[in-house]
Amino acid sequence: MTSQLREKFEEALFPPVVALLIALVCGDLLIMSYGQSPAAVYRMLLEGTWGNAYGFGQVLYKATALTFTGLAVSIGIRAGLFNVGAESQLAAGGFLAAMMGLALSPGVPGVLAVPLCMLAAAAGGGVVGAIPGVLKVKFGAHEVIVTIMLNFVVLALLNWGIANHLNVPETLHTTEIDAGAIPRLEAFIGAFHGSAANLSLLVAIVTAILAWFFLFRSRRGFELRAVGLQPDAAEYGGVSVGGVWFRALTLSGAIAGLGGINYVLGYKHYYEEGFAGGAGYLGIAVALVGRNHPLGVVLAALFFATLSQGGLAIHALVPKQMAEVLQGVVILAVAMSVPEVRRALRQSRRPVAA
Amino acid sequence: MTTPAPASTERGAYAIRMQGIDKSFGPVRANREATLEVVTGEIHALVGENGAGKSTLMRILGGLQKPDAGTLEVNGRDVTGWTTSDAIAAGIGVVHQHFMLVSTLTVAENIVLGEEPVSGGRFDEARANSEVEALSKETGLKVSADRRIADLSVGEAQRVEILKTLFRGARILVLDEPTAVLSPPEVRELWTVLRRLREGGGTIVLITHRLDEVIDISDTITVMRAGETVARLRTSETTPAQIAKAMVGRDVALTSRDEISALGASMPGGAGSTEFKASSDMSSALNVTELVVLGSRGTHEVDGVTLSIRPGEILGIAGVEGNGQTELIEALAGLRPCASGSIRLDGHDVTYKSVAERRSAGLSHIPEDRHRRGLILDYSIADNLVLGLQEAFSTRGMLNGANISSNAKRQIEAFDIRPPSAVLPARALSGGNQQKVVVAREMGREFSVLLASQPTRGVDVGAIEFIHSRLREARAAGKAVLLVSAELNEVLALSDRVAVMYRGRFAAVLPVAEATEDVLGEYMIGMKTDEAVA
Amino acid sequence: MNPFDFLTQTLRIAIPYLFAASGGVIAERAGIISLSLEGYMLTGAFSATLGTFYSGSPWIGLLCGILGGLVFGLIHALATIRYRADQVVVGIAINLLAIGVTRFFLQLAFESSSNSPRIEGFGASAAARGFDNPLLWMGLLSAPVLAFFLYKTRYGLRVRAVGEHPDAAASVGISVARIRYLSVALSGMLAALGGVFLALDQHQFTDQMTAGRGFIAVAAVIFGRWDPVRAALACLLFAAAETLQIQLQGTEVIASQFVSMIPYVLTIIALAGVVGRAVPPAALGKTGE
Repeated sequence: MTSQLREKFEEALFPPVVALLIALVCGDLLIMSYGQSPAAVYRMLLEGTWGNAYGFGQVLYKATALTFTGLAVSIGIRAGLFNVGAESQLAAGGFLAAMMGLALSPGVPGVLAVPLCMLAAAAGGGVVGAIPGVLKVKFGAHEVIVTIMLNFVVLALLNWGIANHLNVPETLHTTEIDAGAIPRLEAFIGAFHGSAANLSLLVAIVTAILAWFFLFRSRRGFELRAVGLQPDAAEYGGVSVGGVWFRALTLSGAIAGLGGINYVLGYKHYYEEGFAGGAGYLGIAVALVGRNHPLGVVLAALFFATLSQGGLAIHALVPKQMAEVLQGVVILAVAMSVPEVRRALRQSRRPVAA
Repeated sequence: MTTPAPASTERGAYAIRMQGIDKSFGPVRANREATLEVVTGEIHALVGENGAGKSTLMRILGGLQKPDAGTLEVNGRDVTGWTTSDAIAAGIGVVHQHFMLVSTLTVAENIVLGEEPVSGGRFDEARANSEVEALSKETGLKVSADRRIADLSVGEAQRVEILKTLFRGARILVLDEPTAVLSPPEVRELWTVLRRLREGGGTIVLITHRLDEVIDISDTITVMRAGETVARLRTSETTPAQIAKAMVGRDVALTSRDEISALGASMPGGAGSTEFKASSDMSSALNVTELVVLGSRGTHEVDGVTLSIRPGEILGIAGVEGNGQTELIEALAGLRPCASGSIRLDGHDVTYKSVAERRSAGLSHIPEDRHRRGLILDYSIADNLVLGLQEAFSTRGMLNGANISSNAKRQIEAFDIRPPSAVLPARALSGGNQQKVVVAREMGREFSVLLASQPTRGVDVGAIEFIHSRLREARAAGKAVLLVSAELNEVLALSDRVAVMYRGRFAAVLPVAEATEDVLGEYMIGMKTDEAVA
Repeated sequence: MNPFDFLTQTLRIAIPYLFAASGGVIAERAGIISLSLEGYMLTGAFSATLGTFYSGSPWIGLLCGILGGLVFGLIHALATIRYRADQVVVGIAINLLAIGVTRFFLQLAFESSSNSPRIEGFGASAAARGFDNPLLWMGLLSAPVLAFFLYKTRYGLRVRAVGEHPDAAASVGISVARIRYLSVALSGMLAALGGVFLALDQHQFTDQMTAGRGFIAVAAVIFGRWDPVRAALACLLFAAAETLQIQLQGTEVIASQFVSMIPYVLTIIALAGVVGRAVPPAALGKTGE
């Protein structure tokens, strides 16, 4: 029995570890191609991220958005679906949060305004997620293509709204929201001064915990995972497979949309064109490396946030773009090693003798 | 093993000689020292139930798989472990059960694929078409070369498959369940084709589990069971009953019929005390009227079945697999739509109810395929023990962990699931214990009707005994049981009444006392039919 | 604007789409999902810039561009075919990797985070209005050539068989993996040519200069129902819409954002099967377990 559990962990942990090693080797090569010493660069990377409060705050800020999008993608994958639409769901969530923040009068207290804005964010992402859900259940349209295409449609729609109606002249952002701002961490801990980290971080952590409860402790989660693993068995178990697909994509979208509060409510206090900045696509990487487990997603979000912030920190020695290369390498390496590891473990696995 | 001397003892007369073939897939031993000897110029039937190892043996012959042990000779040459292309080059042609045809390509393109005629760098479509037309004319297998596969009927597609092998010069033709998808006239046409090929000196291996076909067409028969070759018979010297016995019979300590009768006498609703007359609607737990279920191609897989089962009764369905049993059970469980007819459960119409609604109305279901339907292999034993009951094991939307583990503890003990661990994934269990998990879940709860489909398939002897005694206890407790099994012994040992299913209908319904293997055999292969109502 | 100007501008916008969509068609017809066209294009544009800059010859640049696409195509093929990685994930990873790699080497080679120095290009003569650019003609020919390849050659027949029913192809002795490697490699090279055209046409490489064109090509592949000629027509349609939008800019007739949505909305409609369902190759995306 313990060996069974050990294998479960091995199957979950080996691919990211292998990927990390491959990424390290690639990183060494890139650093050396730039004539620098890998040791010095990695030291600088760590010092610039986890080594000082500002850098750490920035890591936390970036990890917040990635936690939301990573959780969103994970929920989809747990149901056997690939939501590539987190990018536009995140943007739509941020947009509606800003709209709600603008609609509320400045007098509305935060305890009311913030939840309302969060609700708006989740609704924005949820609607964008529900569309591929409906199209899949009703017409069998593949969710991967629909979510990709929808990214462009939704972003164009939001851009149109901002560029033509809602922007502060000469900018691509709205005016600042009147209510619903979430305080930054620097308000509580002075050392974080200047960093964008804010209390959305707590929302992200709570969302991760709720996602865990949902997936592994709720009836709907039980059914969702069943559909993802064996749709035929789920159907046998009285689960409506189409219903699960629809709910999973909607929930996935809602979680990604909720991520919009990090920038809009917590950082800039306005919606700005392009604020998502690839966090939606990177959510796929986060889910993949985090092995679709909420705890893994949080850790993977921290990892990718560190890489991204670390890129800035090492810019004096090597171009910050090295971090982007390594991101790609990590995703590729994990994607390639997951089936390999599973095959290897399954081959060595024998049924337990009765 | 009965091995009559082959037509010729001369070595060279064997087209195929496979000896001592062993092949395992992980823990599953698909072939154990299997033997197949096919003489040149004969039609050789390879029969056996699903999972008997026929397909694996043929995959080894076709070069798709390599045996772990044993030798393969073709036309006297040792070719053990050859590749697909070697096999094709040596004149072996395999017509797979699931057609290996590209539906978007034309007939001719499919036939020449891999050996396309080329002229000046281009694929010479005209030549491909004319070559195929010529071959079609020569063999009498009528096809139009330029039609797309997607537009063909199943019978036409099968002709293309055969032509595909002949185009590659096949002299030894292997057909895997070729009639499974054919209508009776198409089957007759296929027989004509196969006989003509035999007259031309071709050798044919026919994989099937339909005994009527075996009798119809074959010269020699090899019977496989559980990966082993158990008999080699001359068709002219055997009877369907003998073949059936070789196919399903096995040395299992099944309770004999006499013992059951003795048991039944002391048990309420037991076989010995049952009166065999159609029960009235009011008292029956499951009532099915004129049920029609369509297959994926619009065929009537279940073609007007009427049955009713009283509480405390086991109705067994015998029949060769593929005669609509699967579709019947799935329709009753709510997994397939009913085209017409009605299903009543304890007097309530559930024809259009969902799986979940039928479950909560008291329907339990042991599905025929535990790996696909019955279990979520990566879920723990405890979670699998509540699959389908998740609503009952939740409070306000959250799973009730304490109830789930106490349920697991109770069921593991009551059904002797080993190893006795609630957290182990179902994947890690042996087949017998996996099945016990399914049986525990379906029978360890309140229910009134049980659909038991192949309840002991692929499980060890101990588990078979265990599951059988559970089914009898259910009957004693007043449950209605619909049992489908490919094991004739099992049906006879457990049922009060036996229905024989043939081509989507009940060919006969008999009290178990009148159901002998010989009588059932005739109905099973369609030699007799009564249009019965159970 | 006269019709001729409209045509030339449409063509100029369409050429990168035409190359990339052809690349998408060949990979997807062999059963490999092609979300990495954007990455191939970007790599192609950058490699071509490097090659042209250091050699002074756009022809060398063109070869380098093809080589860049080939390398990324082979990475994609290795990950999805040999290692059976999820094709969607790999496609997205290739795109991210291409952005990172081009940025990194842009910094390394030209010490800039935004653009390369000016490079030579094809078609210097203003009078020719771009029609003396060999890449324009190659782009226009890519679809018909690919159609010939796919429908009239032995290789094409095998590609179609592998993408629809790999087991059937394997059962007659065709190496499915080999056909797929070849197709994905070809896909990388073709799509890269789209990027080469962009870089040489604009006489420089700029960061993320492909700007989502690879995804428009993906849309064209689906809207064109995986047929080279129909996909090419979709490319021309999308490019014409874009040209129209540029012409209408500032006239308030229709916001540019709505025009830019056209390819994607059409593709979603096609997928949902409102007017004639787009049916992908049967084995598309199925190399996993």
